[in-house]
Amino acid sequence: MPIEVRLAWRNLWRQPKRTLLTTGAMVFSNVLLVFMISLQVGMYGLMIENGLKVFTGHLQVQAPGYIDDAKMRLVVPDAVALAGKLRDVDGISAAARGSTFALASSEDRTYGMAVMGVEPDHEPDVSSLPGLIGAGRYLDAADAAEIVIGKRLARNLKVDVGDELTLLGSGLDGSFAATVVTIAGLFETGIPDIDRGIGALPIGHFQDVFYMGDAAHMIVAVAPSLEAVPAAVAAVESQLPADGELVVHDWDALVPELRQSINADLGGALFMYGVLVVLVAFSVLNTQLMSVLERTREFGIVMALGLKPGRLGRLVLLEAALMGLIGVFAGAFLGGLLTLYFSVNGFTYPGLEEMAAQFNLPGRLHPEVTLLSLFAGPLVVFAFTLLATAYPAFRLRRLKPVEAMRAA
Amino acid sequence: MSTTLTVSAALAWRNLWRNHRRTLIMLSAISVGTWAMIFLTALTQGMVTDMVRQGLAVLPGHAQAHHPAFRDDPNIVNLLPIPDSELESRLVGGDFVAWSTRINVPAFVASERETRGVTLLGIDPARERDFTFVELDTIDGRFLETADDTGVVIGRKLAETLETRVGKRIVVMSQSPDNEVADRGFRVVGVFRAELPSQEEDYVFVGKATVQKLLGVPDRVTEAVVFGNDFRNPEPVLGQLEGFVSADGVTAQSWKDLDVYLSTTLAAMDGFVLVWVIVIFLALSFGLVNTLLMAVFERIREIGVMLALGVKPAAILLQIVLESMLLLGIGLLIGNLLAFASVELISDGIDISMVADGMEMMGATSRLVPDLRMQDVVLANGVVLLLGFFASLSPAWRASRYEPVEAITTVQ
Repeated sequence: MPIEVRLAWRNLWRQPKRTLLTTGAMVFSNVLLVFMISLQVGMYGLMIENGLKVFTGHLQVQAPGYIDDAKMRLVVPDAVALAGKLRDVDGISAAARGSTFALASSEDRTYGMAVMGVEPDHEPDVSSLPGLIGAGRYLDAADAAEIVIGKRLARNLKVDVGDELTLLGSGLDGSFAATVVTIAGLFETGIPDIDRGIGALPIGHFQDVFYMGDAAHMIVAVAPSLEAVPAAVAAVESQLPADGELVVHDWDALVPELRQSINADLGGALFMYGVLVVLVAFSVLNTQLMSVLERTREFGIVMALGLKPGRLGRLVLLEAALMGLIGVFAGAFLGGLLTLYFSVNGFTYPGLEEMAAQFNLPGRLHPEVTLLSLFAGPLVVFAFTLLATAYPAFRLRRLKPVEAMRAA
Repeated sequence: MSTTLTVSAALAWRNLWRNHRRTLIMLSAISVGTWAMIFLTALTQGMVTDMVRQGLAVLPGHAQAHHPAFRDDPNIVNLLPIPDSELESRLVGGDFVAWSTRINVPAFVASERETRGVTLLGIDPARERDFTFVELDTIDGRFLETADDTGVVIGRKLAETLETRVGKRIVVMSQSPDNEVADRGFRVVGVFRAELPSQEEDYVFVGKATVQKLLGVPDRVTEAVVFGNDFRNPEPVLGQLEGFVSADGVTAQSWKDLDVYLSTTLAAMDGFVLVWVIVIFLALSFGLVNTLLMAVFERIREIGVMLALGVKPAAILLQIVLESMLLLGIGLLIGNLLAFASVELISDGIDISMVADGMEMMGATSRLVPDLRMQDVVLANGVVLLLGFFASLSPAWRASRYEPVEAITTVQ
């Protein structure tokens, strides 16, 4: 071990309590940072995944302007064929979908609802909804006069699987559209707005009833992972006609509230982390300044013996760095253990369930231990530790050996 | 005793400034910590208050009365069993800041271009003016004037989607109690703006008497809503409302039961404030204990001399604790002043429209106005002083227990 490191290490333990308290402050902050960042990484991933999987998908092909105002006449022409073409692109699942509003009447109730026309064979590849059928079955034939609706909507309409619903709405040309459909199945996503407000028809029947011809309103596509979305957007774009009649939107454009609520949450969290780091830095500054001041005489002697002030400064920095390293590793280790415990057992607090439901999250969160979440926080604390020591280390340069030796 | 206190306080004060650098650094840390405690709490409280305000404007009310089945099945069949005129005459006698009776049913609107599912509100405009989320001064056209107004008022977003505007006609369809589709053409008399886009999209206002006629339910409503003075305490108005309606088998609920998301968010806030204050204190406590330990350590000989001269250990203890409390007290003072100043600086709110959609997902608007609540300030200061007192006991206790001879002969 080089002499400086040995010296620095011994200096640290001349005042063991002080060193332990300062390191304790670092470890405390680091454990907290590791846990919070892990929790956020886990939560944000889940927010995006859960927010997209029900039916938004990773990207959609739409007519320009449909994204701002979902108007009936802004259609994707020849949609089923185009969806088939997109499915040929490597790694992409795609399905065509129509969407409108209709008044659904049962024997004794009438409610307005959003009606989607879907491809029964391909919808399960882009949406988790077909897999959430709780009663009956999902759609199977592309032209059948049947529908699946949310469980809550069924309860409100007082209907069950096998009953008939009358749908009233308007067609593509604004004319009156009506059909009678049989309820094939009921789904339950757990998201109240979806369970009480949405139904899905086979796309063939949808196109007949609403005079859509062979058009639909969007093609929903899913890439193998979120990271692959930009490449998928480019690949899909290259398959579209070049006349600009169709556009591709990624999930960020489709549901901007997802990333924005993450950013809003992150903003608040960064403020908290910043404060913690600054408080630790003050603690380090205090300790190192004291330890430099109480050694003034000693430093004066070694400088008189010929040691350069620069080297003394490095020694003080090295002391702080050693403390910081203990902080980083002890913090990452203890924080990792804590996080690991909660990643297995889940983490919750009173009120989390109700708040999480607002963002389609489960009531127990499982933080995710990653290299980033383990070391991002502790390394920032480490950097600020060195920064805080810069002032006491720099002061040494002004030290005059003779005066220093006479200091009280 | 009082002399001991005065002397100890004077000594504590002087001791604090013997090493002014260390004291200044510690003061900075306490000030920054306190500032962060109070400032962040004010911002978060501001957001939650905004969420609750928006939620209560849409709900609306601090308490509501419904047919027992209405909440699960919001259908015109589940009307309040009390005639509206009777209900109104009862509510007039109550001590409410505002109240209203209304018809609130799902409906369907269609222009020649588009159709949409909406919530149809049959209201008495004179009563709703006090609490509606409709921004009455920026309305295009006019708001409804009387309960039998035959026009319809819709939101700006809905008007864009339907491609309609003031003066044009739209068709409103809803279910009548015998499950016939009741429909009627209405002239759009007003297009309103609201703070949240979803409010502009989902709500359609029509005169109460007009809806009663359309749906064939004369003198009947689906809900009664009342407002009290303080949304945090809806119990007084809830109690009154219950007294007016419960004999008729009507359910009265406060907003806390009606919107569980809002009430749990509000409740979780108090927990969050406490956790945040404690976390900051813990981060500070390491430095605080450290500072006291060093201060005691430097003064071992001096303390030994004092003890040898007959100063009571309790007086030494008192002096060190006072030193700590002085340090915390000054830090808290500066931190509080900083926090008040920062809150004052942004009292008009900060614009966070870059995350507006995300804020809407939480139910808040894109302007964050801090809400500095005295009870949070008291909590933060109280926790720091109380825990700070306990944290300083250990170094102070050690100092008071030194053996005088050993202390005096300690080599530093």
